[in-house]
Amino acid sequence: MRNVRLIARLDIKGHNLIKGIHLEGLRVIGSPNEFALSYYQQGVDELIYMDCVASLYGRNNLGEIIQSASQDIFVPITVGGGIRSVDDANHLLRCGADKVAVNTAAVANPQLITEIARRFGSQCMVLSLEAKQVGLERWEVYTDNGREHTGLDAIEWVKHGVALGAGEVLLTSVDREGTRKGFDTALVRAVTGEVSVPVIASGGMGKPEDLIDVVKLGEADAVAMADILHYRRAAVGDIRQVAQAAGIGVRIYEHA
Amino acid sequence: MSTPEVAVIDYGMGNLLSVRRGLERCGASAIVTADPDAILSASRVVLPGVGAFADGMAELRRQGLDAVVQEVAAKGTPLLGICLGMQMLLDESEEFITTLGLGLISGRVVQVPAMTADGRPQKIPHIGWNTLVLPQGRESWDGTLLQEVKSEEAVYFVHSFMASPADRDHCIADCHYGGVTVSAAIRRDNIHGFQFHPEKSGEVGLRILKRFLI
Repeated sequence: MRNVRLIARLDIKGHNLIKGIHLEGLRVIGSPNEFALSYYQQGVDELIYMDCVASLYGRNNLGEIIQSASQDIFVPITVGGGIRSVDDANHLLRCGADKVAVNTAAVANPQLITEIARRFGSQCMVLSLEAKQVGLERWEVYTDNGREHTGLDAIEWVKHGVALGAGEVLLTSVDREGTRKGFDTALVRAVTGEVSVPVIASGGMGKPEDLIDVVKLGEADAVAMADILHYRRAAVGDIRQVAQAAGIGVRIYEHA
Repeated sequence: MSTPEVAVIDYGMGNLLSVRRGLERCGASAIVTADPDAILSASRVVLPGVGAFADGMAELRRQGLDAVVQEVAAKGTPLLGICLGMQMLLDESEEFITTLGLGLISGRVVQVPAMTADGRPQKIPHIGWNTLVLPQGRESWDGTLLQEVKSEEAVYFVHSFMASPADRDHCIADCHYGGVTVSAAIRRDNIHGFQFHPEKSGEVGLRILKRFLI
């Protein structure tokens, strides 16, 4: 049985962990690495750090935060936000990131996907996709942390991105993000049905049970969780137990 | 006991910082280096790496590090290849074009099958936490780097290709991915290879790295 990955997602502005609704109206929660360390100790499978103002300012500022995280945290780290070149990716990987997630720059220059995949391997190149529903079974790609629409069809774009070399997809529903209403399972299913690489479902996890549908019906390979963890509505262990009780394979983790 | 000094070979590929930090957490003093003398004088050597096999080998050769790694292996220094670093220990890889490896453990590197054992499409790369299992014919991990791994404990994998060692005696641990057997840990004498990332496998991974330092 494959194990579904439980991933903590940390959206960061400046030096702060923040959380918004629909990727907007950001509130400060605290120090990102204090939260990250706590999730690591709870047995989270991976971490995603997203610089959510980076595209706006044209650069990712997470290098130092990642460097410091890598002293204490020994699970995979994905970093996203404002990555515009192979050099940007290289810098973050040198700071201790294992993968980079690219959205805005990939839409502007799809060739970047291929360049990053060729230089570091496709497993390093996560296509970050922010999608908003625009019709029945239709979603549009957004960039700049949900601020800019592109006119691109989400499903067509994700297929293209994977063909260009993306080794994984981080799929964020802008509609559900921060709402605690559960994942957009139809969106996730539409994507997992079309690509052969792992898909991380993000946006909307309000309670542990929300992951059941997105894994069983949506066929997500991983779920990203943010405010459910940040506001301590559930611990990683609680979520793991709910998954196991529902017959979903997750990593067995015991407290050391 | 003096602190073991570990050389982490820097040939421009892979998350070198995490490997170094993992070793340091286990009490080693680790240096990330491409200097042949530093590598040859270290008491342990790690060959890390992610990315494409041909690029990795080309980069090692360009810097003359292929011969250095072979010398490390020949003089009995404990050597650990991680992920691509493990794959490069073998004779050759079929990734893109057939490329010669370091030839330290006999066998080839082949694609992770895109079909499960029962014929369904399978996600590639294989990304995630997977349990280590004993290969057929092996009874325990006693005396190996995996000695302290408990059954059911999972480690982190991320790869699209996998080692296929010629000699089953070199297989220390496997994992199952969609019913396909993946070689997860291999060993010949002082030469060790892990397909998984011990430096990214939480406390289990650190326990394994610690064994490498003893």
